[in-house]
Amino acid sequence: MAFTLPELPYAHDALAPYMGEETLQLHHGKHHQTYVTNLNNLIAGTDLENKSLEEIVVISSKDPTKAGIFNNAGQHWNHNLFWRTMKKGGGGKPGGELLKRIEHDFGGYETFAEQFKQAGVTQFGSGWAWLSLDGDKLKVSKTPNGSNPLVDGATPILGVDVWEHAYYLDYRNRRPDYLAAFLNHLVDWEAVEAELAKASA
Amino acid sequence: MTMLTRRFALAGLAGTGLIGTGLLGRRPAFAQAAEGPFKLEPLPYSYDQNEPHIDAQTMELHHDKHHASYVEKLNQAVSGHGELASQPLHEILAKLDSVPEDVRKAVRNNGGGHANHTMFWQVMGGSGGAPSGELAEAIDRDLGGFEAFKTAFNQAGADQFGSGWVFVTVTGDGALALTSRPNQDTPLMDGQMVLFGNDVWEHAYYLKYQNRRAAYLEAWWNVVNWEVVAQRYAAAKAGTLTI
Repeated sequence: MAFTLPELPYAHDALAPYMGEETLQLHHGKHHQTYVTNLNNLIAGTDLENKSLEEIVVISSKDPTKAGIFNNAGQHWNHNLFWRTMKKGGGGKPGGELLKRIEHDFGGYETFAEQFKQAGVTQFGSGWAWLSLDGDKLKVSKTPNGSNPLVDGATPILGVDVWEHAYYLDYRNRRPDYLAAFLNHLVDWEAVEAELAKASA
Repeated sequence: MTMLTRRFALAGLAGTGLIGTGLLGRRPAFAQAAEGPFKLEPLPYSYDQNEPHIDAQTMELHHDKHHASYVEKLNQAVSGHGELASQPLHEILAKLDSVPEDVRKAVRNNGGGHANHTMFWQVMGGSGGAPSGELAEAIDRDLGGFEAFKTAFNQAGADQFGSGWVFVTVTGDGALALTSRPNQDTPLMDGQMVLFGNDVWEHAYYLKYQNRRAAYLEAWWNVVNWEVVAQRYAAAKAGTLTI
């Protein structure tokens, strides 16, 4: 069955000024839509056509002849998580079980935040920075282009897109400012906690 | 000075020869650059030279921020390695394996970025059209003619997933080939010479073209300086082309 572009769970202008309306329109309506269209075209009539998105990401990651499928499947999965873990008025410190887990695995929220921003800043070129559940531990990592930690057996529960299209209209070359704004004003920590529960189940 | 007032100021100065001579004052990006052997040269023309195809704001950010950052980080990377600081950049890049491991990745990314952008500014600032003479003959012979070559070059740029570059390499015998590389990698890292190339990082085109990379690739041909490319071609055959 063909994959479809999910609706954004908020209006295009909901995340402004931290993520502008034009950025969201282009990022969701053009970039993400293109990944979905390309993915559907590339898997049509192949043995991947009826696999889950996660299966397609993992299988294509191990086969260099399927690089095009991997790029587009990865980006479809990555953006799906990205949209559903942001909200208007988000950001700041998480609470509840998620905060306990972050404090346990990183020694404190501030340490996690620094590691996460550092992963985003040091991802050279296009890619993503992640918070993932790896076994029973939370871990920060970064991946290039359309890849993600699923290919190494971990489950991302939060990801920030550091392709320049994610922030160039709003922040120009200032990627660190974008990463700080993402953590301070955009992350939907309740949604991230729900991702953690799903990943743990 | 705000970006807006700078744009007006530059619009008034375009063509006067004052740009890049220091008469406009030092730009902050230069003042902040770490001391070191590698230098950010001024753009060889005004920020608005490539309008309307490449906008002045993109040129300013691309040169004064992105390129400046590669130079600054390259200088940081070599600062503890005197043997690197004394070598020409193209020679360092041609043997990355012998660069100390603790700075190899930084030299690859930032040295590549410095070399690629230095070449990039040189081959732009022109008025497009078509190459002539020996270079045109080489394109016909090795790349299937100018129109077919442009189509293949644009396709290679569109197919580069994520950040990267499209290049034409040249041998000492004048043979040309089309290739692409991710991020700031360059054929210099394989010991080859680069005749010219186009930057397909999103920062090269996003303010004006947004997601439409294909439109940027098409428009870019309007600002290629074929005279400079022909000079680089002659230098490659003479054995004097570096980056």
